[in-house]
Amino acid sequence: MTVNITMAIVLAGLYTVGLYLLMQRSLMRVILGIVIVGHGANLFLQVAGGPPGQPVFVGSAVLETMVDPLPQALALTAIVITFALTTFLLALAYRSWALLGHDEVRDDVEDRRIRLAEREREDGEESESETTTSFEAPEAGEEVPR
Amino acid sequence: MTVLVALPVLLPLLAAALSLVAGRAPRVQRALGVLVLTAIAVIAGVLLKEADNHGPVVLQLGGYAAPFGITLVADRLAALLLLVSALVTLAVLIFSIGQRITDYGRHTASTAFHPMYLVLCAGVSLAYLTGDLFNLFVAFEIMLSSSYVLITRRTTADRVRASMTYVIVSLASSLLFITMIALVYAATGTVNLAALPEKIAALSPGVQTSLGLLMVVVFGIKAALVPLHFWLPDSYPTAPAPITAVFAGLLTKVGVYALIRTQTLVFVHDVGWTVLLVIALLTMLIGVLGAIAQNDLNRMLSFLLVSHIGYMLFGLALFTVLGLAGVILYVVHHITVQAALFLVSGLITRHTGTVSLQGMSGVAKAYPVIAVLFALPALSLAGIPPFSGFVAKIALLQAGAQVGTAAAYAVTAAAVLTSLLTLFAVTKIWVGAFWGKVSEPHQDPDPDDEVTVGTGSTSTGMLVSTGGLVAVSVLIAVFAGPLSAMSERAAADLLDGSAYRAAVLGAEGSG
Repeated sequence: MTVNITMAIVLAGLYTVGLYLLMQRSLMRVILGIVIVGHGANLFLQVAGGPPGQPVFVGSAVLETMVDPLPQALALTAIVITFALTTFLLALAYRSWALLGHDEVRDDVEDRRIRLAEREREDGEESESETTTSFEAPEAGEEVPR
Repeated sequence: MTVLVALPVLLPLLAAALSLVAGRAPRVQRALGVLVLTAIAVIAGVLLKEADNHGPVVLQLGGYAAPFGITLVADRLAALLLLVSALVTLAVLIFSIGQRITDYGRHTASTAFHPMYLVLCAGVSLAYLTGDLFNLFVAFEIMLSSSYVLITRRTTADRVRASMTYVIVSLASSLLFITMIALVYAATGTVNLAALPEKIAALSPGVQTSLGLLMVVVFGIKAALVPLHFWLPDSYPTAPAPITAVFAGLLTKVGVYALIRTQTLVFVHDVGWTVLLVIALLTMLIGVLGAIAQNDLNRMLSFLLVSHIGYMLFGLALFTVLGLAGVILYVVHHITVQAALFLVSGLITRHTGTVSLQGMSGVAKAYPVIAVLFALPALSLAGIPPFSGFVAKIALLQAGAQVGTAAAYAVTAAAVLTSLLTLFAVTKIWVGAFWGKVSEPHQDPDPDDEVTVGTGSTSTGMLVSTGGLVAVSVLIAVFAGPLSAMSERAAADLLDGSAYRAAVLGAEGSG
């Protein structure tokens, strides 16, 4: 199979941009990252089918010049799935924005707990009064300082 | 007979549609769900018997021949897991009905639970039965998208944050899955699991290894292997107990199943794979240490789940018949036990109104039945004889000792250590929750959500379904002899692979 260099570069670009966005703090950028990697993956399925050729209809072209139809079917399915899930993700992001008033991805409970314990320990070392390694999980919904 | 293979996928999908139409009649929805899941369990039993006696049952959908069409295959492993999964989903459904979470809260009428739950079951069945890589992707998506809905049924700030992590991590792994399929197709020109081995073997070793590793990463995220486990203890505990139970029991195991299927059937390994052994060791130890550090019942159980995924990986990484037989036993045991433990956690929460171990005490005195229901699966999880966990663990340890390399011995030792630490973790739960003075039930922290907690009482449906699952896990131990013989036959099938290929491709493709 010959390699289509333009497609290779486009794919590399889509994956790079998408994965970079995935690692951002803002929820909107994360979703855009998912969308762009999704496009990259669907395009990749297409490219995996080999170079372009004639449409696949019986008797319309010689068999050897026809394009491989299977990756197109696969890509179509994958596009539908990524499309549906993107919609769901957007709805969830909207709900998150409506509830929290910002679209930043919050740290998980564990991270917040460790940071709190760390901060308490530092305070304890400064005042040298009480022992401060109590691992109390923050209550649900409680705002913990970053 | 071959039509039976399609039913575990078709029935729940059709029932989901009917259930959606019957949204205003909760009784019809309930009856439909219970009926369909019972039917799947029966069909799975028949398939298992057929596959065990006469080899894999194959259905070519739409009449297209094997490498081009969609193939459904029920071999011993698939049928066995289908049976166990059907029993667990049935128990969880009865539990949910008993807990009334199916009716959604006390103010809004939601029709989503039953249809979504049935779609989830269809996805799980399809994942076990499918005979091609792309169909496996579709099965994962069916399963995951319904799990997204189930986990976000109540959108409080906390649940939205946790499920956001879950959805994004799952989506990212799905996109990697598509990428992997594209790479496999570009390299081999097929996605049929039976046709792949021959084509893959012809590739250069570098390409083979990278495809194999990409599959490990993709399924590793779904199965929550360390270091790809971080999303699981964060997101699972926020869902109500029965939903967490079905996620923990089935969703991660489907990832493990996909890993077993691809690594044995598609890639041919003659010797143990050290990278997998190292990951198995890390998964066991980090998981169990994480569990000990927690003081929230559900988070502890989630970390224990991660830890015990390591055992399954351990047996797979050995690539011997004994090792794989151990894995199959372990998966069967773990699906039932882990789901049972999460259901018991639901029972405890229902009584005490809290999941914090510090907030509850004296459950054993107040509700002795729950104490028994917890003790049996918990001891089984820790691998105390004579429970099912002991049978499965001893099979894995024997397999590790039989391989006898330094790495295998190291992981075997880690497995024993993890078993002890698991015992410590469940003892911590026991001391925290069951001993001490009987405490007053806490107030329901969120009176509007779908679960009523802190009532100090329980319903028959919840007790019966949990008891049923515990009974299944005890039965696994009672019938350990026939079961381990069966899993050895299934493991031999897996490592050989020719029966599967012959059944799917016809006699000429069996070479």
